[in-house]
Amino acid sequence: MLSHKKRLINMAGKKICLGPLNKIPLGLGRGFLVDDQEIAVFRPRSGELHAVHNICPHKKGVLTEGIIDHCQVICPHHGHKFDLKTGQGSEAGEKIRIFCVWEEKGEIIIEV
Amino acid sequence: MTKKDKKQRLVVIGNGMAGARVVEEILQRTPDKFEITLLGAEPYGNYNRILLSNVLNGTQDPTDIFLNPLAWYQDNSIRLHAGVMATKIDRDKKIVTGQALKKDACPYSNEKSSWVHSPPLSIPYDSLIIATGSRPFLPPIEGCDAPGVFMFRTLDDCTRIAEYAKNCKKAAVIGGGLLGLEAARGLMTHGVQVTVLEAETQLMKAQLDHEGHRLLQSTMKTMGITTLCDKITTRIERKNGRIEKIVFKDGETLETDMVILSAGIRPLTELATASGLEVKRGIVCNDRMQTSDPSIFALGECAEHRHRLYGLVEPIWEQARVVADIITETNIHSEYTGSSKLGTKLKVMGVELASMGITEAQGPEDEVVTYSEPHRRVYQKLILRENKLIGAILLGDIQANDTLTRIFKEEREISENRSELLFGEPETLSLTSILEMPDSFQICNCNGVSKGQIREALRTKNCTSVAQIGQWTHAGKGCGSCKNVITQLIRAYADEITPDPSEHYYVPGIPLEKARLVSAIKEKELKSVSAVFKELAAGREHAESKAGMASLLKSIWNEQYEDERDARFINDRVHANIQNNGTFSVVPRIYGGVTSADELIRIGTIAKKYNVPMVKFTGGQRIDLLGVKKEDLPKIWKDLGLPSGHAYAKAVRTVKSCVGTDFCRYGLGNSIKLAQTLEHTYQGIESPHKIKMAVAGCPRNCSEALVKDVGVVAIEGARWAPATERRDPGAPEARWAPATVPSQSSGTFEAPEARYERWDPGAPEARWEIYVGGAAGGTVRKGDLLCTVDNDPGEVVKRVGRFIQYYRELAQYMERSYTFVARIGIHRLKAILIDDELGLCKGLDTAIATAVKNYEDPWGEADFPKYSIQFKGPKHVEPQKKVN
Repeated sequence: MLSHKKRLINMAGKKICLGPLNKIPLGLGRGFLVDDQEIAVFRPRSGELHAVHNICPHKKGVLTEGIIDHCQVICPHHGHKFDLKTGQGSEAGEKIRIFCVWEEKGEIIIEV
Repeated sequence: MTKKDKKQRLVVIGNGMAGARVVEEILQRTPDKFEITLLGAEPYGNYNRILLSNVLNGTQDPTDIFLNPLAWYQDNSIRLHAGVMATKIDRDKKIVTGQALKKDACPYSNEKSSWVHSPPLSIPYDSLIIATGSRPFLPPIEGCDAPGVFMFRTLDDCTRIAEYAKNCKKAAVIGGGLLGLEAARGLMTHGVQVTVLEAETQLMKAQLDHEGHRLLQSTMKTMGITTLCDKITTRIERKNGRIEKIVFKDGETLETDMVILSAGIRPLTELATASGLEVKRGIVCNDRMQTSDPSIFALGECAEHRHRLYGLVEPIWEQARVVADIITETNIHSEYTGSSKLGTKLKVMGVELASMGITEAQGPEDEVVTYSEPHRRVYQKLILRENKLIGAILLGDIQANDTLTRIFKEEREISENRSELLFGEPETLSLTSILEMPDSFQICNCNGVSKGQIREALRTKNCTSVAQIGQWTHAGKGCGSCKNVITQLIRAYADEITPDPSEHYYVPGIPLEKARLVSAIKEKELKSVSAVFKELAAGREHAESKAGMASLLKSIWNEQYEDERDARFINDRVHANIQNNGTFSVVPRIYGGVTSADELIRIGTIAKKYNVPMVKFTGGQRIDLLGVKKEDLPKIWKDLGLPSGHAYAKAVRTVKSCVGTDFCRYGLGNSIKLAQTLEHTYQGIESPHKIKMAVAGCPRNCSEALVKDVGVVAIEGARWAPATERRDPGAPEARWAPATVPSQSSGTFEAPEARYERWDPGAPEARWEIYVGGAAGGTVRKGDLLCTVDNDPGEVVKRVGRFIQYYRELAQYMERSYTFVARIGIHRLKAILIDDELGLCKGLDTAIATAVKNYEDPWGEADFPKYSIQFKGPKHVEPQKKVN
């Protein structure tokens, strides 16, 4: 599954290592600044990894401070929700960018 | 199958509002008695013809006005022949002949040229209902049966008008009645310049007097619609196939590109006449709505009853009920005796007009009351006879319409002071007044739905919304003005219905209401949020449910609770309130709002050290350091040496206080001491929502205690009694034994002992009133008096704790005390928390004491972060960390 995902990603963008996976506690997220891009990486308790643009399109809430489950993040500012897999927001016209992210030898790798 | 078992064949001719309505009424009475066939000349299911003007003006989509979707016909096993016109009734053989119409054929035309060349349908019947409705009246105008001239009667007419208007600059509407004006307004939205032509001397002759007409005319003018009266059109002239102008009887002309005919309606009676039924202006019916052939019924606009024709829905709904009663034999004595009390409203955007009964006095004994206010374009007129309302016109301001309609319909005696009719308190349908109304009281005047029918739908169909009520009863689906009343009825009968259980789940992600959830958690010993999802939600985490679960688990398990920070809202992860720019606010606890010079100096120094952008006094008598970076939080806390004020948490926050007996010359009780003790005792206790408190040293209530979740107010008149007599024998006495309130002015903070220092029994002390459920935020509510405690502040602290614990145990997550107290009721709360009717008090006192004992200042995490990145901001990633 992962290798397939990786192959797709190799076709565009560059891969960047964000550091050890275990720096993000289970169920939480961490913000990263990569080439001026603000990226949120989430690590739900269900085990997968998700990476999205860290800024809520509504009023610039910081999404890494939000509560997550296996498929969504709730913006801490006004409760707008975003699907972690598609970036689709709960409010009309709101969508956040998503990034491909995976684990490799205990490190978080992201494609930007 | 024996003949007896066989269903009777019922054929209904007409799938308009009357035809479909009578079928609904029949199905409600006897769902299985008839095999029903419906013939409708229009190629659709049935729709709300009243709302056609909204379709034309674009406020509603055609799909919004359908009353019964095609699935409804299937679900009820109704054979619908849409686009089929009934052409013949063989009354001897009891067979209806139907002819399919060509696509785009006019459904109310009688021309055989629009028939499809196919063999006619033969449909045998046992009972027959005719509801053919009416067609627009075609005035004797030369050239009115050619392109560019439209009727305004069907959904297809609407589409054609809108389509044609695209290529027109000017349009003329012939007919200045209700429908004509609605059509004119609708045309405006299609960007054409509209002129309305009325043959009579005034607009809306049936609903207005001359004065009203003049005002309406000027109102229409301001909207850009010209209205000309006394204009009899004789000819429509064309040039190159397109309409050029209209010629009037007086010789004048009007240039126009298109014409809408809206000059009244005429019943469609050809079929009845050809079948030998008695027809005058309409198909003649008796009080049972039977035609001259008793096996054939008629209703709606095509029917003539007691020499009257009706074009409004209200009488037609009544007729439908009578037909259904008779034909299903559920009430063979049912009779329709005519409708005399009718009112109408004009549905033209920007014009408020309602009218009922007659428009002019009919003799010297009739009394006329008028009010006119030209500036606001308001004109109101009442006609009274023998102290009863027999007619009314309301133009420009129709606020009094609902009240007047009731007075008119119920033929009520009216007040001597006539102005009260127009300007008195509007007869708002308060909950009490609705509940007092009989079941027969009509709520939805458009669809004739009574209070009893709505109640029935609430009970049997478990409706919980206006939309669901509408689905079953049609109430609220006409003009919509009764929707508020329906909402109130839903609330009023809430106890009688089986509600949607998910509304009562404590959190949306776990299908249990609070009491069951708590017992499941205790039984299975679930001590962390993830354990709860694993056991009670099949392992499915739910983000929106996490914070509520965390709060509940902490209050159940206290020190045994297994904290998981991902279940907490950000504020509770870092013990500070997130601000709009992602920084945080720091509010240290300042007990009772009393600080010291040393403390202020320290706070000031720290604010400078960390470049705090704003230092502000809060509404809760504290100091807020705003704009602090997440990384600085632990450092600031350590430097402050003060405990957290919980200004971010769903927990006990602050206890405001006035100066009280310390300095105030009015002070009756030592409010500062009591406030500090309350705050020390219950600080930071998690609860379903925030708890704000205050203590006032006298009834002047300077600390606003009456509008707090819990407020304590000192009043005069304390009766001193020995301490032993004042205490409940079962209460945990030791908790409230004398102790010293710790000073908060020392440099380092120590966890306070939650003890209350007893006053000198000989010293004068106040009576304390405890108020609960007050609010002064988005909702304003004065707290309810829970109890009065004589001269014993320790008892006050205990009772406040008991209330807090009861609230913690019973309230929904995010339910503030003002909702909770209103929901339970103060009398019930007194019975439980003061009179101990349920024997809960001892347990509540013990539970809150345990919570108090386990309180820890969360700012202690400054030295011991709960997880590695707790106080870290985003991480910068260097580009060289790129991997291949």
